[in-house]
Amino acid sequence: MLRIEALAKRYKTGDAALRGVSFSVDSGEIIGLIGPSGAGKSTLIRCVNRLVEPTSGKIQLGDLELTTLGKAALRRARRRIGMIFQEYALVERLTVMENVLSGRLGYTGFWASYFRRFSKADVARAFAVLDRVGLLDQIDKRADALSGGQRQRVGIARALVQEPELLLVDEPTASLDPKTSRQVMRLITELCAERRLAAIVNIHDVALAQMFLPRIVGLRAGEIVYDGPASGLTPEVLTLIYGEEDWSKSSALAGDDADDAAAGDHVLIDRDLSAAVR
Amino acid sequence: MEARTLPQAAAPRTWRPPRLIESGWTRWAVAVGVLAYLALALGSIEVNWTRVVEGVARAGRLFAGFLTPDFTSRWGDIQAGMIESLTMTVTSTVAGIALSVPVALGAARNIAPLWLYAVCRAIIALARSFQEVIIAIFFVAMFGFGPLAGFLTLSLSTIGFLAKLLADDIEEIDPVQVEAVRATGAGFWQVIEYAVSSQVMPRLIGLSMYRVDINFRESAVVGIVGAGGIGATLNTALDRYEFDSAAAILLLIIAIVMLCEYASSFIRKWTQ
Amino acid sequence: MPVVTSPAGQPIHWRLQTRSQQLAAWLGWLALVALTVFCWRVMTAGTIWAFVEDAPRQAADIFGRMLPPRWSYADRLWLPLWDTINIATLGTALAIVLGTPLAFLAARNTTPSTLLVRPIALLIIVSSRSINSLIWGLLLVAVLGPGVLAGIVAIALRSIGFIGKLLYEAIEEIDETQVEAIRATGAGPAQVMAYGMVPQLLPAFGTICVFRWDINIRESTVLGLVGAGGLGLALEASLNVLAWPQVTVILLMILATVLISEWVTARVRRAII
Repeated sequence: MLRIEALAKRYKTGDAALRGVSFSVDSGEIIGLIGPSGAGKSTLIRCVNRLVEPTSGKIQLGDLELTTLGKAALRRARRRIGMIFQEYALVERLTVMENVLSGRLGYTGFWASYFRRFSKADVARAFAVLDRVGLLDQIDKRADALSGGQRQRVGIARALVQEPELLLVDEPTASLDPKTSRQVMRLITELCAERRLAAIVNIHDVALAQMFLPRIVGLRAGEIVYDGPASGLTPEVLTLIYGEEDWSKSSALAGDDADDAAAGDHVLIDRDLSAAVR
Repeated sequence: MEARTLPQAAAPRTWRPPRLIESGWTRWAVAVGVLAYLALALGSIEVNWTRVVEGVARAGRLFAGFLTPDFTSRWGDIQAGMIESLTMTVTSTVAGIALSVPVALGAARNIAPLWLYAVCRAIIALARSFQEVIIAIFFVAMFGFGPLAGFLTLSLSTIGFLAKLLADDIEEIDPVQVEAVRATGAGFWQVIEYAVSSQVMPRLIGLSMYRVDINFRESAVVGIVGAGGIGATLNTALDRYEFDSAAAILLLIIAIVMLCEYASSFIRKWTQ
Repeated sequence: MPVVTSPAGQPIHWRLQTRSQQLAAWLGWLALVALTVFCWRVMTAGTIWAFVEDAPRQAADIFGRMLPPRWSYADRLWLPLWDTINIATLGTALAIVLGTPLAFLAARNTTPSTLLVRPIALLIIVSSRSINSLIWGLLLVAVLGPGVLAGIVAIALRSIGFIGKLLYEAIEEIDETQVEAIRATGAGPAQVMAYGMVPQLLPAFGTICVFRWDINIRESTVLGLVGAGGLGLALEASLNVLAWPQVTVILLMILATVLISEWVTARVRRAII
């Protein structure tokens, strides 16, 4: 449902962030995008909803070619793409409900949104997603009064209320502790399964990626160097992506926070993967 | 799982947007109060419309003056006024900074004893309570016409400005650093030098540069009441409706202020 | 090289600065002192020192005449006081209306064009800021004639630059990711501004406006000296006839007004933050 072909991005400074990236994502499929800092992960997902303008290449969402859209058409296309950000990117001084409803801005006129007059259906949608992420009791709190995990759940709710076909997820766990990270990743994967959403998840934590994401795309210096199942991430592949390092230690590290009781079955998968990496 | 995603009928799911003022009564009272004030205030402005209509033509001439400023016919007066303004700016800024540092140290509760704090805060309050022009009137009455009165005015208001901001800054410094230096057995002045000055120095430099800017602008004003500077020249030019000369003076002021801002941003970058 | 090493390469001494840096610092200080002394000489060239020596006696004389204050004069100050407050408040309001769009035009991240619109907006801001309220007052009294209207416009013209500058700096400092997040939902440009930017700017905006209002109360007390209405007119009139006991009453009234405005400002700022 999302096809990216020969996507390239060169910044004005002359840095080539992406050099001819091609892959596709089916609906309901969730892929992990890993790679060292500066490999172009953030640029790649920002090119999809054109927060960053790609230099060349094609991006097709369903039958729609995204790279050539005009302003209004681009806004309509963005409504179909939800995005979850690294540092939550909530509007700090708005309440939880206002933040979630901002996901419906694309469907609401300016003055209606200015006076917070969202349609009944939109408010009902917002209540439903807030219920799903477990924040019904926090709706009138200001976003800056929430904990990190709660904020990221508001971020997820804002993306979901758009009722998107595609989720772009940028380092969702970068500022969370290990336990909350797992809960957030589990929530994202469950939601994608429930709603048959396609998703691209940027993630720097390889262990977490292996734990939750069946398919991994490895990016290095703007090029795809690996595209395959998470179980295929052998030390050789990791070296290809990240460079020389003693990778046998990383799996031990992943096993360390297996104390998360609720994550029992996932930990099992995790162990299997660790074995595979060894 | 499925049931949870559907809206529940039992719990009323209504949402009211948050409001700036929660109580409905207060909200109305504030709105009515603001409108009543505006009506009264606007109603009490007496406008002499014939004078305003005349003014439109004058505004046109003033604007034309900006396009064709006349630097030459009053150049002697402009030059003298500018020299007074600039010298006043330099001397009063230097004197003001030199005096405000000790006052600021005295007005910081975390390093000064209570009696000194009270005295220094009183000095600051006194220096800040009146507009420069009022202070200038008194200095002119005491010291006679001329830039010396302006110098004293600007020095005093520099103390009011700089000492207050600096003192507030010193009160907000990181106490851990002070403790660390004190723990080495350093004396009072060593603590000031190593723990306090290192923390507030960048801000002092920034504020001082900003104050140069302000003092120059103020030096253009105190001339109106006879305390020297370009203000007197400007006042005369406007009294005679010589808008092209006035425009020349204003353009010079704007240019010098821009120069000051450029220089201060440069110096701030250089000292960091 | 701040560390002095022995020929064998062992560090033997440490200094904060090298010799040439020290020299440059000393020369800098010397130049500053020389400039100050020079300016002082030029400035005081025309000073009549006899007047200066006489200053303490003059001061004693003035303060002697100022006391006791002529309290009954206060009755005639209520209207000028009302005018003063109106000049400050309406002038600030006008400046907010004009200065806010200007700030958005001047901020690098919201300006429609960095090549044309931004420099013009910045020029308006710097011109407005360079010229003091009192000088704007002089200009406007010459153009519009004496009165409260000239005062209001003078305050507004000076405050536009102040509000514009502080607000555009605040706009340039906002967190871009919050804006990006709103843009990613498919919101239009006006919605991006209302949801992504305005909530971030509101506290700064409120503080700036109240802060400027406080300054404007002070400024409007003296605008009357150039004929632009308010308490300054009464001050000018009393000074012209050397009615010092009345001057005392006016100054006390100004002081009270300033203190009250400062209190109001502090209250409002606490409420905003």
